[in-house]
Amino acid sequence: MSAKSLFEKVWDRHIVVPETDETPAILYIDLHLVHEVTSPQAFSLLRDAGLKVRRPDLTLSTMDHSTPTIPVGSLQELKVVSEPAAFQQIQQMERNCEDFGLELRGMDSDERGIVHVIGPELGATQPGKTIVCGDSHTSTHGALGALAFGIGTTEVAHVLATQCLLQRKPRTFAVNLEGTLAAGVTAKDIILAIIGEIGVDGGTGHAIEYRGSAVASLSIEERMTICNMAIEGGARTGMFAPDDATYEYLAGRPLAPQGADWDAALSRWQTLPGDDDARFDKEVSINVSALRPMVTFGTNPGMVIPVDDVIPSPAGSDPGFAKALDYMALEPGRPLAGTPVDVVFIGSCTNSRMSDLRAAARVMAGRQVADGVRMLVVPGSARVKREAEAEGLPEVFEAAGAQWREPGCSMCLAMNGDFVPAGKLAVSTSNRNFEGRQGKGARTVLASPLTAAASAVNGKISDPRPLIG
Amino acid sequence: MEPITEIRSRTAVLPLDDVDTDQIIPARFLRTTVREGLGENLFADWRYNSDGEKVANFVLNQPEAQGAQILVAGRNFGCGSSREHAPWALLDYGFRAVVSTEIADIFRNNSLKNGFLPVVVDSGIHGWLLENPGVELTLDVESRSLSLPDGRVTEFPLESFSRYCLLNGVDQLGFLLNHAGDISRFESRAGI
Ligand code: SF4
Repeated sequence: MSAKSLFEKVWDRHIVVPETDETPAILYIDLHLVHEVTSPQAFSLLRDAGLKVRRPDLTLSTMDHSTPTIPVGSLQELKVVSEPAAFQQIQQMERNCEDFGLELRGMDSDERGIVHVIGPELGATQPGKTIVCGDSHTSTHGALGALAFGIGTTEVAHVLATQCLLQRKPRTFAVNLEGTLAAGVTAKDIILAIIGEIGVDGGTGHAIEYRGSAVASLSIEERMTICNMAIEGGARTGMFAPDDATYEYLAGRPLAPQGADWDAALSRWQTLPGDDDARFDKEVSINVSALRPMVTFGTNPGMVIPVDDVIPSPAGSDPGFAKALDYMALEPGRPLAGTPVDVVFIGSCTNSRMSDLRAAARVMAGRQVADGVRMLVVPGSARVKREAEAEGLPEVFEAAGAQWREPGCSMCLAMNGDFVPAGKLAVSTSNRNFEGRQGKGARTVLASPLTAAASAVNGKISDPRPLIG
Repeated sequence: MEPITEIRSRTAVLPLDDVDTDQIIPARFLRTTVREGLGENLFADWRYNSDGEKVANFVLNQPEAQGAQILVAGRNFGCGSSREHAPWALLDYGFRAVVSTEIADIFRNNSLKNGFLPVVVDSGIHGWLLENPGVELTLDVESRSLSLPDGRVTEFPLESFSRYCLLNGVDQLGFLLNHAGDISRFESRAGI
């Protein structure tokens, strides 16, 4: 039998009907994550067609995008703090879950949170599973060896009704990570460097598999950060082969297998890592030892430089490049570090887990957010929030003058009332610096939690390394 | 879905690379539970200034672009989020196809499921289209071809099943539902 990659193994095990020249494969989906923004029209489609949800037991629902991040005690309060359309969307989600028999991790659930944070932390995300969600950052779940990718709302309806998707097999792309990270350089800097290298469309049509000597030293949360932004390099998904760190992470989580089931699952999972001689359609190698903290300067995540470099000049005339710098009010040839900052956002499915909050707190401890800077810290889930509180992290942030919030997507896409005002510059740990992403006219610089926290303290875009000595 | 065999229209040209779905339809317009009405806010932050007035030099506000059903855009159109609201907004506005040298995966998938045609051409044809806004093009689904007014014809890739669905107005959900037996067998074999 020919050598197979991790991706190919998971793909092959989920083929209900193989693909032919005429038709795509029918691929079985083990876990469907559903949130309030990309599902309403899918539920309507089911309603209109008189269809049921085929496998409510394989569907995990929550609300994260339009939910407020200030505490709300009651439905009445929720209505007051939410915009009418957002409130209606939240209510519609509750109704849809009730009508279709889905358990909802809703506003009052202690398991609520950003869909890509709660899947792994509940143990629902497991090696070898196929996982989809009407959300492009579903690739996050690939950190545990799942084949996970974002779909549109029509496909959400397909999965609700049939637990399957029609799919053509993507090509494969090996991203080899070699070496070890220097102090102050993080998983976020790895993925930003990868996107800088391959470009925002470098992965189009491909499934990325991260391999190489650096992998073993990356925690599961770090792998999530790296998989999360695979889509920003254009790839459908990113994945890491499961290893002991994966199994340790999963053991004992509420939805992970227990007892004899765990043993059976473990022996299945151990067969997943790709064969050494597996072949890939595309390959790139990154020496992570040489990386420095990375920051974006433009309006897509591929426009990225080490924090101590100057903003590059475009090769030739590039209207997109000029437009991006104009939007960002930045100039080529100048350092990006030192640019004044208005807002700092620690959060999003990229960087809102315990390790991210700890990293930010490490910089903030005993320091103050600079005058005139607004800093928002938004935990990824109710569980992260509880754990952070148990560790005393909110006290560190609040003592520094930052705001500690309820879990959700928040300022990452600014549809819940948290946004960056027009013209203001935000250093953000989220994943998209597109024009207007964090609010109309908002200027976003993507960075790691360390870099974001250092920038909050200094009031300007800053290299975190001097602060973590 | 209505069958689509041919799209014939003038073009509107948006000559930018990496146009992401946050530009096509900003997130604040996703607080909707229906598909209709999104066209009004297509490219909202480029189309309107902060007072809600039309930005005169944005392509959709130019008289020549009115009624164009084919959008010619730069490389990597539709990157970013999986929001199907992007093709819904384009369709609701009146566009029926986009032509580029590269189109992002999820956007392409979503488009095909809604009868919005993603057309990838080589950089030669693309460069010519960018330089000649407003020309009349014919996109033929059956022969997967794009015809220019000067008689040149070029083929574009269109996956065969998607083509079949477009030509026949086939609902892909119906196709999946017809395989319910296969799906049940898979579930019992896999013990799911
Ligand atoms: S945190 Fe941001 S990127 Fe992640 S799911 Fe929410 S909106 Fe999407």
